[in-house]
Amino acid sequence: MATEYSFPDSAAKAAEATQEFQTEKMSLSMGPSHPSTHGVLRLQMELDGEILTKADPVVGYLHRGDEKIAENMTYNQFVPYTDRLDYLAPLANNMAYAIAVERLAGLKVPPRCEAIRVITAEMARISAHLMGLGAFGLDVGAWSVLLYCLEEREKLYKLFEELTGARFTTSYTRIGGVTRDMPEGWMERVNAFCDQFLPILEEILKLLTRNKIFTDRTVGVGVISKEMALAYGLTGPNLRGSGVALDLRKDKPYSGYENYEFDVPVGSTGDCYDRYLVRGEEMRQSVRIIRQVIAKMPDGPWYATDAKRIFAPPKDKILTSMEELIQNFMLVTEGPQMPPGEVYFEAENPKGILGFFIVSKGGGVPYRLKIRSPSFCNLSILPKMCVGNLISDVVAILGSLDFVMGECDR
Amino acid sequence: MSADVTTALKEKFPQVTDRPSADHPAVNVPLDDVVAVLRYLRDEQAFDLLMDLTAVDWSEGATPRFTVVYHLLSTTRPGTYVRVAANCAGTEAEPVAPSVVSVWPAADWHERECFDMFGIKFQGHPDLRRILMWDGYPYHPLRKEFPLAGIETDLPVADIAEETGTRVIAAPMAGGPFVASPGEMNLTDAEPRAKDESWSDRGARPDQTALRQVKD
Repeated sequence: MATEYSFPDSAAKAAEATQEFQTEKMSLSMGPSHPSTHGVLRLQMELDGEILTKADPVVGYLHRGDEKIAENMTYNQFVPYTDRLDYLAPLANNMAYAIAVERLAGLKVPPRCEAIRVITAEMARISAHLMGLGAFGLDVGAWSVLLYCLEEREKLYKLFEELTGARFTTSYTRIGGVTRDMPEGWMERVNAFCDQFLPILEEILKLLTRNKIFTDRTVGVGVISKEMALAYGLTGPNLRGSGVALDLRKDKPYSGYENYEFDVPVGSTGDCYDRYLVRGEEMRQSVRIIRQVIAKMPDGPWYATDAKRIFAPPKDKILTSMEELIQNFMLVTEGPQMPPGEVYFEAENPKGILGFFIVSKGGGVPYRLKIRSPSFCNLSILPKMCVGNLISDVVAILGSLDFVMGECDR
Repeated sequence: MSADVTTALKEKFPQVTDRPSADHPAVNVPLDDVVAVLRYLRDEQAFDLLMDLTAVDWSEGATPRFTVVYHLLSTTRPGTYVRVAANCAGTEAEPVAPSVVSVWPAADWHERECFDMFGIKFQGHPDLRRILMWDGYPYHPLRKEFPLAGIETDLPVADIAEETGTRVIAAPMAGGPFVASPGEMNLTDAEPRAKDESWSDRGARPDQTALRQVKD
């Protein structure tokens, strides 16, 4: 019983086009440096007039061998590499990686640490979706959206910088905690950001939601059915846009997501427009989560204080006490000590579900670390869904899938 | 609920055994039954999403050398995962595993990546090409014998290689497990470098002919 998956519409359209025009097929290479391929994706297309008869995505231009590198360094040393996976939401990657390794160690971090991570992950989601929407708008001709989005992202970057010391490559988590506690007054500033952000978000969405040009380009374009989305392993807003309410923050809560109230927006038709609407609503929900976390922020330590072989002791102790000095030395030279075992953890990242599969043989270095990147899986549907569409629709489809090549190619 | 999956699976397929796992229920499956087991999990146990497909290299000379690992997630039974592992058959140079593209089209790119990185031949895959490395790249980089620095090879494009005389060179390594070189005033040289156990540019390079080249 082999299940056949196909887009009946697109295949028929392609066949019809071939029948009708009987023109010579043209092959066209789009990318790797093309503004609408959002990085270094290349699409090897075969065109009949303006209609695609074949599309073969070529990925790997940004392959850096992250998995190989991970096998050669200690767990904490890999944190900066996770920034560079989905570089639009480094904080969310940091958190997913840290939790994966903590699951391997069987370590429970204190509630304050979990809450800080949730704030950062949701801020990262807002920042990633802003870029996604801005770039999507830009792709289909709405220039001004991007400018509004970038302005809001800039405000978020200021907050990230204050918290982590870096705007972009945050490397904020450590195994068993975070690098530092939140600075004085930071939560109030995040709250203030949320207050001013909601009206601006409405304004941004207003630029697109009922915009005739935007709806003409996106409604009914690039439809992914529920079955297709599941069969191709789509996750995140792309899957929810097709009507599957899979959100790991709800289904398998981690880092204390079960304590917060939020809704999971779901699309109905699975076209580009639905994916856009889902992202827009997710930003509102993220603001809602951030506000709840800040209101409930627990006191206490922000790292696992009893994990002596995993998290570094406070700096003043290292400089004054022999035991902590040795502890820190061992941690830096040999890495956080992990038991042998296999663990697979997935987190709901802005682009979809980011998974880490870690095989440990004990010690401070993973034996094998596999990164399940959402962009890679989301792009694998392209050869199927592009066929039969106009070449100009491909731009809208790529924009609506909202992928990051840093994560796809690893 | 999680125990249910393995129990039901073992009832249906008595050859399935438990696999030690730190989190999700996990099973070892003989290679020949992989497709049947995964199809059963999809159709009868509602694991409708193939989240991940990867392989683990258990180092040179180990038996089994390669294990293929599948992670499935159910959308109707929220947050339920299962891990299915199968040891590859075939030789060390050319391990084989059955393709599951007929069960989930999502496996297409995953299997291509797995082939690219480990050289595992997925039998029945409709289009088993490299995906991350370029076509014609001679090695499988995630195998344990492949050095972190990489191996010098030809450029993928022959005419550019001829014109410019350049090659894909191995990464510069300063040796040592990610240590900065003390006393280097030049920051580029002093920067911490990756650990590489096979060679460093201060030492001799190993004989690269020993590394197996892929035969087409």
